Amino acid sequence: MPDSGIGAAVKRREDFRFITGRGRYVDDINRPGQLYASFVRAPIAHANVRGIDTAEAEKAPGVVAVFTGEDLEADGVGSLPCGWVVTDKHGEPHKAPPHWPLVRGKVRYVGDHVAVVIAETLAQARDAAELVEVDYEDLDPVVDLAQAGEGAQLHDEAPGNLCYDWELGDKAAVDAAFEQAAHVTKLDLVNNRLIPNAMEPRAAIGEYDVGSDSYTIYSTSQNPHLLRLILCAFVLNLPEHKVRVVAPDVGGGFGSKIYAYAEETVCTWASKKLNGKPVKWTAERSESFLSDAHGRDHVTHAELAMDAEGKFLALKVDTKANLGAYLSSFATAVPTYLYATLLAGQYATPAVHCNVRGYFTSTAPVDAYRGAGRPEATYVIERIVEVAARDMKMDPAELRRKNFIQPDQFPYQTPVALVYDIGDYEPTLDKALEMIGYRDFAQRRAESEARGKLRGIGFSAYIEACGIAPSAVVGSLGAGVGLWESAQVRFNPTGSVSVFTGAHSHGQGHETTFAQLVSEKLGVPYEQIDIVHGDTGQIPMGMGTYGSRSLAVGGSAIVKACDKIVEKGKKIAAHLMEASVDDIEFDGGQFKVAGTDKAKGIGEIAFTAYVPHNYPEGVEPGLDETAFYDPLNFTYPAGVHIAEVEVDPDTGETKIVDWVAVDDFGKVLNPMIVEGQVHGGIAQGVGQALLESAVYDDSGQLVTGSYMDYTMPRADDFCEFRVGMTVSECTHNPLGVKGCGEAGAIAAPAALMNAITDALGAEIDMPATREKVWRHAQAKLKAAAE
Amino acid sequence: MLTVTMTVNGQKVAKDVDPRTLLVQFLREQLNLTGTHVGCDTSQCGACVVLVDGKSMKACTMLAAQADGCEVTTIEGLAKNGELHPMQAAFKEHHGLQCGFCTPGMIISAVDLLQQNPDPSEHEIREWLEGNICRCTGYHNIVKAIQHAAQDMRS
Ligand code: FES
Ligand code: FES
Repeated sequence: MPDSGIGAAVKRREDFRFITGRGRYVDDINRPGQLYASFVRAPIAHANVRGIDTAEAEKAPGVVAVFTGEDLEADGVGSLPCGWVVTDKHGEPHKAPPHWPLVRGKVRYVGDHVAVVIAETLAQARDAAELVEVDYEDLDPVVDLAQAGEGAQLHDEAPGNLCYDWELGDKAAVDAAFEQAAHVTKLDLVNNRLIPNAMEPRAAIGEYDVGSDSYTIYSTSQNPHLLRLILCAFVLNLPEHKVRVVAPDVGGGFGSKIYAYAEETVCTWASKKLNGKPVKWTAERSESFLSDAHGRDHVTHAELAMDAEGKFLALKVDTKANLGAYLSSFATAVPTYLYATLLAGQYATPAVHCNVRGYFTSTAPVDAYRGAGRPEATYVIERIVEVAARDMKMDPAELRRKNFIQPDQFPYQTPVALVYDIGDYEPTLDKALEMIGYRDFAQRRAESEARGKLRGIGFSAYIEACGIAPSAVVGSLGAGVGLWESAQVRFNPTGSVSVFTGAHSHGQGHETTFAQLVSEKLGVPYEQIDIVHGDTGQIPMGMGTYGSRSLAVGGSAIVKACDKIVEKGKKIAAHLMEASVDDIEFDGGQFKVAGTDKAKGIGEIAFTAYVPHNYPEGVEPGLDETAFYDPLNFTYPAGVHIAEVEVDPDTGETKIVDWVAVDDFGKVLNPMIVEGQVHGGIAQGVGQALLESAVYDDSGQLVTGSYMDYTMPRADDFCEFRVGMTVSECTHNPLGVKGCGEAGAIAAPAALMNAITDALGAEIDMPATREKVWRHAQAKLKAAAE
Repeated sequence: MLTVTMTVNGQKVAKDVDPRTLLVQFLREQLNLTGTHVGCDTSQCGACVVLVDGKSMKACTMLAAQADGCEVTTIEGLAKNGELHPMQAAFKEHHGLQCGFCTPGMIISAVDLLQQNPDPSEHEIREWLEGNICRCTGYHNIVKAIQHAAQDMRS
């Protein structure tokens, strides 16, 4: 095992600053002369705004300015765009009503941005925000997704609150297959709405510099270049070369920090208005609950057709997806292209059809949250397969095995557009069964029963499409951007290396893994490699981090840049050693003349490149290469998670007693970091299944607006996780990697709900709260007694 | 305005503050000790935990004035003479952090746990962390780190 290259569990170099309190998050940054923004937010879900009286607030101590949507409108500030056009089943683009950073005439969810107060201190801004008088004319809210089509209309552009009615797959083939079916399993499912809750609340500082007519924005962003592009090209009409976005240490994202939000937009705009005074805003947690983009929120009916032996013939799925009050940056794509395309799962189901209707409701915007569409797809498939096994009285593991896509079928064209390049599902299942001790489950169940407890086991054989994404493919599906990644690898004259990546680390440990990668590729000691990310002023370009893409796409860009370095290094080495370029081999940091013992270290080559006194003709000085990598396909991580639970029928408590995760992420760079990603993902998936749920009441008030009402998973909700791996290397990127960031969150909800419903012998929806579990456990005991 | 005096990480400080200033604001804004974080507004997340007279306290739940005359230790003051505290070292060694935002509060809270119970069981560790939320790690490696730190500190 190498000690710092590919495959080594190198301890993270970023940790030192975090464990000593020297991290630098946006709220830790203070700019000279900075002012503070506080937003006036809608207290009701749907209303016309008849007037906003800012006079009292303007007079309050310390207040510098109060702005409303009218001020932004007068300055030509645009709408926050949605970057993905979904074409509905009639060939029409989705309905795209405007999303103004500060409302114009109407509020559409509790927390909507009505005005901003800017003052010398935060306390003054908050106090004055209370003094802004808004005259509202109440309108009916639209809260219930199932009824969203019948409610009051939120946007003139969207009759029936319908954003799109979209489908994927061959409906005729599916209908024909259902006619042939020996058995059909049907299931209704709710995929509960979640609030991402990265522990660092969103924050922004907008700073305009009068002298240079340029802007610096400090933002808690997962993708600083993308934020810059959106703000410049669509919202604020700024020249991109005059705007620098810095996303320093960011305390978790999980999707919620991908998007361009109202707050950073307004702070940036206001700083110019106020002659270059920096304007800072940091969310209070209650603001995060109200206005971070939420996740999931589907209502689904699914049917699975099988032959008499349990072979899957067809799957049909009908989903209503909640998009919230406005379309967040990638909202439209999540319940369509990131969801329905995954409905084949790991199975060779010949026909799949999915219909999705996306609705506007008077709730916070909904967008990608860890997994984004793929957890919803896995939940549908893995729940219905489990229920089918129960219907057919078959072993759930064996029913899955029977339907797996076989190794010789790859590359495998699914009936829902994707082509899986590689996978090997059976060994992964076998390993998981072995690890959990499946053969002895019946015995463990009997032991639990003897203690008055109900034991259950649940499987989830998930698949995801990661390494997002081949630009031409997503472009043909409506994406407004390319999803390549860039890297710049720069040797310094003394032989150390600075690497600039467009990926952004907000917990993933890129500073460590990317340095491992470069060390392996260039043979430079790990300690002499520095990774720079999160600053558009330093990094050539970038698309950021989400969709488990950093290594598969960003890492591949680094490999390409390293290859260019080696190519150029060979020319310099050939010159110095008076050999032909074709005879130069590169290995472990040494350029060697093949078949001789002549060699030059890469450090000497770098020095020569910057002090080119004895140098090949026609070669530019310097050793600094940039590469862009556009993936050829998605990657397809897959695996099997098995959860074992024990339910206490007296209290309704569900105890997770064992958890096994076996994942195939392709090649693994740093197993310690990969396992950490799996743990964190499982915890979020368990949170969804057991504890978390965003609830709006009938009037559209967010009932779960703080940690007192929204139950976050705590340490004592879990057992130890047992993680195993199998490896089938991705065939189309230079590293053979697939991505690991979302797997746990994708796999876990179905595994846990399958285990709980197995224990209860009854169907329930997420979250499996104590009360629900207790009711069904009691009913089961009662039925058994009768 | 009110004058508060306390010892923070071994240094005596005296400052004038607005009476409603929270201890966490005092540390972050007046002393520029930004390692203590704010993750919520309802005293639940534990990102702000510091030691006040040796006991772990949520610095968002206390006024600066209430800490008048106290000894306060923040994450910045945990390492001594350039040496990491065993708890800090264990978090790094066992990958007990990802984004690092919950980490200062976790570490300080865990330090207090071991003061009170030098040999906690896994269950006791998990229960103790009730007041500290981490969204990244699934707690698995945090628990491991604390177990190892306990071992190191006993030996
Ligand atoms: S900031 Fe959350 S408990 Fe103090
Ligand atoms: S490491 Fe990110 S919240 Fe704990």
